[in-house]
Amino acid sequence: MVKQISIFLENKAGRLANVTRVLGENQINIRALSIADTSDFGILRLIVNEPEKAYEVLKRDGFTVSETEVIAVEVPDSPGGLATVLDIMGEASINIEYLYAFIGKATDDALVIFKVENPERAMEAFESKGIVVLDSSKVYRL
Amino acid sequence: MYWNQEIECLPRNELEKLKLRRLKETVFRIYSFVPSYQAKMDKAGISPGDIRTLEDISKLPFTTKQDLRDNYPFGLFTVPMSDVVRIHSSSGTTGKPTVVGYSRRDIDGWADLMARALICAGATRYSVVQNAYGYGLFTGGLGVHYGAEKIGASVIPSSGGNTKRQIMMMQDFGTTVLTCTPSYAMYMHEVLSEMGISPSDLKLKSGIFGAEPWSEDMRRQLEEKWGIDAYDIYGLSEMMGPGVAIECPEKVGLHIFEDHFIAEIIDPETEEVLPLGEKGELVLTTVNKEALPIIRYRTRDLTSLIAEPCPCGRTHVRMNKVLGRSDDMVIIRGVNVFPSQVESVLLNIENVEPYYLLVVERKNNLDELEVWVEVSEKAFSDEIRKLERLEKQISKELESSLGVYAKVKLVEPKSLQRSEGKAKRVEDRRVL
Repeated sequence: MVKQISIFLENKAGRLANVTRVLGENQINIRALSIADTSDFGILRLIVNEPEKAYEVLKRDGFTVSETEVIAVEVPDSPGGLATVLDIMGEASINIEYLYAFIGKATDDALVIFKVENPERAMEAFESKGIVVLDSSKVYRL
Repeated sequence: MYWNQEIECLPRNELEKLKLRRLKETVFRIYSFVPSYQAKMDKAGISPGDIRTLEDISKLPFTTKQDLRDNYPFGLFTVPMSDVVRIHSSSGTTGKPTVVGYSRRDIDGWADLMARALICAGATRYSVVQNAYGYGLFTGGLGVHYGAEKIGASVIPSSGGNTKRQIMMMQDFGTTVLTCTPSYAMYMHEVLSEMGISPSDLKLKSGIFGAEPWSEDMRRQLEEKWGIDAYDIYGLSEMMGPGVAIECPEKVGLHIFEDHFIAEIIDPETEEVLPLGEKGELVLTTVNKEALPIIRYRTRDLTSLIAEPCPCGRTHVRMNKVLGRSDDMVIIRGVNVFPSQVESVLLNIENVEPYYLLVVERKNNLDELEVWVEVSEKAFSDEIRKLERLEKQISKELESSLGVYAKVKLVEPKSLQRSEGKAKRVEDRRVL
């Protein structure tokens, strides 16, 4: 499974810039990101090349950080690609907490990051249907 | 343990006699030496001779902070400046500063009261007292200092600020008693944890916290976090400074040293004296001060007096922990809200730290209360709905405790101002 770094952000000017600056100064490369927000605050979710280091440096800089395990799935970058994957999850009754997608440079496929209630069961379901779940090392190196 | 057992345990009838004698003297002195107070008494049609019993005190006019400002700087002093050996002053952030003065005898009396207070809260000559109240114009630092020296304790005059150095001294000098504001004690613990030091590595036994209202829940937290006994100390510069009242090991109310101060509780609206035990505004009269005696000072602190005798043996009346100051109180749509109530609610919710700010705004002629709360590492989740659920939970519990809806806003940890002195808990943005 892939380690995702989540950061609490107040809706204030410059907060996101601060996070990315800290990461940049520490030579940490962002592979994927999404922001969930309310009117008061947001949660920045990141996939980076070195999650442990990112966690350490952000924490040291006073950010509220947590690590979450998520699943990275390869989805054909063509119409209906995501639907196929979601159908499999629906059939297996796997609840999705959230997801976000990005298009990789290396392959022709898109990558989707899932946070689900029951990751083990999701992995099994994907594997039985021939959907490629990406190894963490591969995701960090993207 | 007492500093002055004879006076601290004086039988009530003798204490009443002493209070009356000193009250009469004080009224006489003020009438004779302070023109503005004499004018007030004349206007009220009362002369010093009308004070025959302790109850007669209610005939006397009040003194307020405004009176001190109007007589800035030395207009209320009853001794010539050649007899004044010390001056303290408020910062004057909300108007002209209030200036107070002390004669030699006043300074000695203050040190004696602080000595009583420290002993009452378990300090001894073997204690190492780290005094992190601010030194300077603020009465906290020097007030505690003189008392601690008087009992023969080893005093570290660390003053406020430079928290890492405070902790280093605590470790290296073997501090056993910490004196500071409760909010600073909370912050110091935060820094202690960050430095990776456990309170069990320290010799700290007790904390004497004051200069701002703090709740029972805050006491529990401070005692658990530091592994100490936490005592509340009360005082105000207009009366003297710290040492007006102190908790004993019973931790049920603070003994007011009545041979120096007469306490009344009044209804802040009608100004009527309330029966013993009822909640209202504390009014204090100094009866043993030389340079600046003050009659019926409106403290703005809300509390009640405890009539029952204390098992500790001290006969001096107790006041309950101050619930709040009437000027810290915010009125939201007609409901009185004190920061200490918010503090209590937060301390009872898991994974929430008591760092908060009440922000009051008026939108469309309606007051809106927002409570900003720092999200803690433990409460943080990568899922929005969990954080929103936390906001709702805090909001719900605030509403049931305060009786008014408060919107909760989670903010980043350590984003709210940490105080090294008195904490700022309210930001009132209403333009009235």
